[in-house]
Amino acid sequence: MTGDQHNDDEPPPIMVEGLGIRFGDFVVHENLDLTVRRGEILGVVGGSGSGKSVLMRAIIGLQRASEGRIDVLGRTITGVDLDRGIGVRRRWGVLFQGGALFSTLTVGENVEVALRKYYPDLSPELRREIARYKVILSGLPDSAVAKYPSELSGGMKKRAGLARALALDPELLFLDEPTAGLDPIGAAKFDRLTRELKETLGLTVFLITHDLDTLYEICDRVAVIAEKKIIAVGTIPELIATGHPWIEEYFNGPRGRAAKASHERAAE
Amino acid sequence: MQETAQYSLVEDSVGGPRLLLSGPLTLAAIGPLERALQGVSGPIATIDLTGVEDVDTVGAWIVCQLARQHEAEITGASEAAERLLGAVRGIDASSDIGPPRLPVWERVPVMMGEKVYAARSGIYGVVGFLGQILIGMASLVRHPSRFPIRALVHQMELVGVTALPIIGLMSFLIGIVIAQQGSVQLQQFGAEALTVNLVGRITLRELGVLMTAIMVAGRSGSAFAAQLGTMKLTEEIDAMRTIGISPIEALVIPRILAATFMMVLLGFYASVVAIVGGAVVGDLTLGIPFWTFLDRIHDVVPEHDLWVGLIKAPVFGLIVALAGCYNGLQVRGNSEEVGRRTTMAVVSAIFAVIVLDAFFAVFFTEIGWG
Repeated sequence: MTGDQHNDDEPPPIMVEGLGIRFGDFVVHENLDLTVRRGEILGVVGGSGSGKSVLMRAIIGLQRASEGRIDVLGRTITGVDLDRGIGVRRRWGVLFQGGALFSTLTVGENVEVALRKYYPDLSPELRREIARYKVILSGLPDSAVAKYPSELSGGMKKRAGLARALALDPELLFLDEPTAGLDPIGAAKFDRLTRELKETLGLTVFLITHDLDTLYEICDRVAVIAEKKIIAVGTIPELIATGHPWIEEYFNGPRGRAAKASHERAAE
Repeated sequence: MQETAQYSLVEDSVGGPRLLLSGPLTLAAIGPLERALQGVSGPIATIDLTGVEDVDTVGAWIVCQLARQHEAEITGASEAAERLLGAVRGIDASSDIGPPRLPVWERVPVMMGEKVYAARSGIYGVVGFLGQILIGMASLVRHPSRFPIRALVHQMELVGVTALPIIGLMSFLIGIVIAQQGSVQLQQFGAEALTVNLVGRITLRELGVLMTAIMVAGRSGSAFAAQLGTMKLTEEIDAMRTIGISPIEALVIPRILAATFMMVLLGFYASVVAIVGGAVVGDLTLGIPFWTFLDRIHDVVPEHDLWVGLIKAPVFGLIVALAGCYNGLQVRGNSEEVGRRTTMAVVSAIFAVIVLDAFFAVFFTEIGWG
């Protein structure tokens, strides 16, 4: 992996052990285990309502776990108060499904928020420059920097959200359905951007998606959530080899076959 | 491992002055270096990154800027650094990230103009909105099956029933204060028996309805504005329109009717509770027995005082609901706008209610209902 000079004995960026989450009597996860390796793009798939976003929220500390343990970048997240500093927030970036941009700030100011919070001693000019090149790195035009989120299209909001997630040069990036609602060209561009950023910045990416093309194109491994836990993790051929009916249907359905075919065509 | 990034400038006989950077060139460690580098003036021919341990995009960005500023060459970059430099090279990030801002001598007149224009379009808007409501009502009269009866009942509960405790408490205390303060003054003329007239007439004519209108504006007017404003932001209202449901019929009319109708009941209720509060004070401090106080109310308060209050109440309710719904539907853009419009709904509603109350006071006195 370029861009990171970390030792192999460092803990994995994300380690989930025996996670249980329930809302009242409704059990979302039970005894869920997952390890994300450093420098990989891990795709997370599962049916609607299978708890993909809940898992992500638990890992970033927004959702309290009923049982089990979650370690992120070597720190334990479970059992820590949400608003207390845990020392890892500046090392991760999160892109929410709808972008979740601060609507009263411009795109550039959105990116600046985290810089202000964690590095108040940076000179304001440098902070502005950083915010600006991050926005441009995320594939937005120069003119979008001073615009408000309400003036942006859905795809541009996603990119702006990505710029904000990248504000602190994180090691770990969480993406919740980054290509949902984008046109195929925009989605493919977003995939390429994710891959490029991962390679240049040496990121580890936790990616929730429904987009089979994304899975084939950029994910190193894929984790499948079903029956309240992760039923399998591996490359797509490995997953299909497990023979689990849900995985079978997911990857061998008409859309799965089309995505695979286009991936193979592109590879030739 | 060094904690912060360092630099040193060496004179190289072959290639000219050379800037040596060392340590981690990352966001966390770069603050001091960035400030120190601004002091470096002399010509730099090459920037040597051999001593750099770790680098991120911010480090790469600063190196890139420096190289461009001094037209220097970058040497000794690791593979990772080379990649990052490639990613940020050629990005121009010189302009501002904030919203465009005019100089103050242009901004003030522009804002003035916008305020005046907004006031004009506000009047147009409210009149137009009232028209839309009337058209909506007319169409509901023609198609009574479309009438949003469930929404109406729900709003009546929210505006009226759930307000009973707070309005009751408020009115009770107002009744107590008027009776107690009034009796102190009237005692100086030996006329403390007139406390009954004071409490009865002022609550039924003025304070019962006025205070209730202010309370309803704060409770329900603000809720209307915030709720409709949020629905506007989340495109719920657009979604209703596309399904063919008129937001005026489904959202606005139930709220307007509920507020108008419930204001009458709440205003009357507030007056009654205030009189009870006065009677309690009469019983405890003036020696007028509780039931005698209530009996006297019947004799000293003319019937038209009740009508004055009951005629004003629906008008005030209409104004409060109109201000809330209108401002809510004017929300566009961002969450700050919801807050601004909610404030505007409450402030303009209370202001309009007090101004109209003054007109009513003069009007009713002129027609002989003094």
